[in-house]
Amino acid sequence: MSRFSPYDNNGGSCVAIAGADYCVIASDTRMSTGYNILTRDHSKIYKLADKCILASSGFQADMKALQKLLAARHLIYQHQHNKQMSCPAMGQLLSNTLYYKRFFPYYTFNVLGGLDNEGKGCVYTYDAVGSYERVGYSAQGSGSVLIMPFLDNQLKSPSPLLLPAQDAVTPLSQSEAIDLVKTCFASATERDIHTGDNLEIVVLNAGGVHREFMPLRRD
Amino acid sequence: MKLDTTGLESALPLFGANCQMVDGFTAAPAFDLPTTLDFDGFQKEAIQMVKPAKGTTTLAFIFKEGVMVAADSRASMGGYISSQSVKKIIEINPYMLGTMAGGAADCQFWHRNLGIKVCRLHELANKRRISVTGASKLLANILYSYRGMGLSVGTMIAGWDETGPGLYYVDSEGGRLKGPRFSVGSGSPYAYGVLDSGYRYDMSIEEAAELARRAIYHATFRDGASGGVASVYHVGPNGWKKLSGDDVGELHYKYYPVTPSTVEQEMVEVSGA
Repeated sequence: MSRFSPYDNNGGSCVAIAGADYCVIASDTRMSTGYNILTRDHSKIYKLADKCILASSGFQADMKALQKLLAARHLIYQHQHNKQMSCPAMGQLLSNTLYYKRFFPYYTFNVLGGLDNEGKGCVYTYDAVGSYERVGYSAQGSGSVLIMPFLDNQLKSPSPLLLPAQDAVTPLSQSEAIDLVKTCFASATERDIHTGDNLEIVVLNAGGVHREFMPLRRD
Repeated sequence: MKLDTTGLESALPLFGANCQMVDGFTAAPAFDLPTTLDFDGFQKEAIQMVKPAKGTTTLAFIFKEGVMVAADSRASMGGYISSQSVKKIIEINPYMLGTMAGGAADCQFWHRNLGIKVCRLHELANKRRISVTGASKLLANILYSYRGMGLSVGTMIAGWDETGPGLYYVDSEGGRLKGPRFSVGSGSPYAYGVLDSGYRYDMSIEEAAELARRAIYHATFRDGASGGVASVYHVGPNGWKKLSGDDVGELHYKYYPVTPSTVEQEMVEVSGA
């Protein structure tokens, strides 16, 4: 007898790369369940604040619930503080929100991307229950095990834990980062059955938010 | 469903002497099945038992000059390394440190909660800093109330208060131990080996830091679930200070440099023919 499971995995991959003055957040738009594709154009990217964008893979119903909750909390913050939430603040809020459901978790693997208070790109990567870390780049989702080693090869910089501290900035320009992301997804689509159809790329910089799409293999 | 047991039938008896055992074996071949209701679940539980618990290495010890705290920086999800740059030494406040082992989210959340709700509130309400004894006791009580619910926390609270240096081990089973030397995590047996054999109460700060660094290095060398950067912190009367952060791969070549050996016969380039 198969017990009822409240969770389902809708597949897909998300990537975010932080640059000196920009942040690139990308995800595929395939939503699947088991071996079936439910839809080819479902966005996993959600704008939480002017300088803060969330991409989540995993169970899309939990993703939707999480987005709604964070949007509501952001609205309250704006009413109370008369300003938008910064990306580091949203990062902490997301961590606490995830941990409050520690015993019935949101089955989402999140990547938060945006600009910090100094205008530099920042990426926060999470596990399902809220442990988080600020990093220079991250991949989450079904294709993460394929994409992360490639990003490590191209972008790995000295660990922030090293003392004396070594400079750890992604030297890539914005257009190079976008090309890198396209390469990542083209490769992940080849070897991950849950990744494909369309790639949605969102770029956040001082000039605002820019969105573009690239078709991926639909098989 | 009848199990196919053709593979279990043995052609030759195993021992000549013990006929009883041999008779039983050739007569009715069968798998040894555990007497449980949920056979599939039992298998999973058995695997879980063998899985390395709390993949990490952290250590702390008290010595003449205060408390030395060190940890690696690897986070693993099963066999996948999810991060090589995790901060496992958490700065609760300027004079108290906590180490992280077990569930990353559990440790991060409860240490932050300890710093804000417990320590800072105590300072504001009582106009004096909370002691290490007090902070560790409050954390242990909180974790005890969640006992059995699946939290995984193996932490050491290290600090300097009015009574001098303090070190406590606190875990999610509700345990709390006061002691001079602790190591927590899957790499702890290796770290204990180096730490216990090299420990002396009257060491200088540099000697103690080097001992801590070496212990973490040796643990990362032998334990697959530990690695990344070995961070070393010192807690003195004026609070904590980070002493070093070294990549363990580079530490290896520092401790065991590659000596150029005499070459017997050099390989020469063969011209393409």
